[in-house]
Amino acid sequence: MNWCEYPGYLVGSEVLQNYGCRMANGLWVTFELVMISVAIGFFLALGLAVTRLYGPRWARMAVSGYTTFLRGTPLLCQLFLVYYGFGQFREFWQDTGLWWFFREPFYCAAFTFTINTAAYQAEILRGAIQSVPRGQFEGALSLGLHRWATLRLVVLPQAMILALRPLGNELIVMIKSSAIVSLVTLFDLMGATRLAFARSFDLSIYLYAALIYLVLVEIIRRVWDKLEIRLSRHMALR
Amino acid sequence: MFDKFALLGFGAGGWGWALLQGAANTISVALATLPFGLALGLVIALLKRSDHAIPRALATIYTTVFRGVPELLTLYIIYFGIQVLMQQVWTGFSIPPFVAGMVALGLVLAAFSSEVWVGALNSIQKGQREAAAALGLSKAQAFRLVVFPQLIRVALPGLGNNWMVLLKETSLISVITLQDIMFIATRANVVTKEPFLFFGTAMLLYFFFSVISAWGIDRLEQRTNRGQAAFGGATR
Repeated sequence: MNWCEYPGYLVGSEVLQNYGCRMANGLWVTFELVMISVAIGFFLALGLAVTRLYGPRWARMAVSGYTTFLRGTPLLCQLFLVYYGFGQFREFWQDTGLWWFFREPFYCAAFTFTINTAAYQAEILRGAIQSVPRGQFEGALSLGLHRWATLRLVVLPQAMILALRPLGNELIVMIKSSAIVSLVTLFDLMGATRLAFARSFDLSIYLYAALIYLVLVEIIRRVWDKLEIRLSRHMALR
Repeated sequence: MFDKFALLGFGAGGWGWALLQGAANTISVALATLPFGLALGLVIALLKRSDHAIPRALATIYTTVFRGVPELLTLYIIYFGIQVLMQQVWTGFSIPPFVAGMVALGLVLAAFSSEVWVGALNSIQKGQREAAAALGLSKAQAFRLVVFPQLIRVALPGLGNNWMVLLKETSLISVITLQDIMFIATRANVVTKEPFLFFGTAMLLYFFFSVISAWGIDRLEQRTNRGQAAFGGATR
């Protein structure tokens, strides 16, 4: 018996035992997808937030338009637009040598999630940077630090602590949202569960999936709490 | 190139009317969910501030569960769950997707909005209730006449966010065949093989509703804050 069949065996659920391995693989797909998107999205968001605050006027407008549009439309719609819609321009992608990317549902989902979470994280980071007192900026500049050095050494470290909690929430939102990739033929945790239900008509498999998501989100929440306490320990006694 | 846009028209072979019908369904399901979710959220919030441990624990479990489980999964569990349960007493029962979607998203909205309500309830000083009690108001009267009007002002920005999230989440109900914007766009894609056009249009429709909502919420906030001197005045 494989290790992934044990949980089902232990709780005495035949369907969970039969589809345990598929669900474990699905959980890994969910994990991979969210981690890749949120990590790449974070670096994009840093660039976007800084551009939004300090860039030239046209770039500020462009970034603001980007974030407003992606935050104002459903992720499901964005995913379908990328997965089905971009596939329509197959010749173009083949000419530019990007067809291998937009052909795969996983890459399409990762792409959509990355640009989506980048928009949300950019707004979080912008808010955090704006909450750093102005005096910090002025103090650093008067010490002769360059604008970029000020941003990198003085403002961003303080902003990151403020952004920590909302970023954790964004991570949780992404994990939950990732369930929709099962609708573009990807077998993530939700996809594996849908398959198990379609074949067994046993509703309890959805409840087990809910439990797995719940545990996943709860673990992240707890870890994030610890992380926050650890990273802000120099401010604890204020 | 431009003849493609005829597919969005209102004539024969055009999907204009269908998309408008879908937009109407999206808005109605969101509007139907809102009062149910917000009212349940307020009840959960009051339970969270209860003096007894059991209602507090129940409320916490409720929010943990519905905030932690993906909305799509909640939707499936409610849709298939109610179906299976009801079919044991009434064979051939099928739950309308509108109702299933409303219940599922309402339960989720209640969990998220309860956090907003708790925050707002905490911002109202104890003295307000005590003064109301001193004036001889009952607990229910004090809540309705004194606490609630102040609550709305503080809670509005958070509830506005909840509404924006809800509006976008309604797109999920299309997977259980509610004929909303997403459903129509998907069907149009199957028939015409023009996914970019239709999902692009769907996206613009959702964006239009988001912009209108943001504007509406802003107006509401201004209205509820009109008695506050600090708003737009001294502090800025």
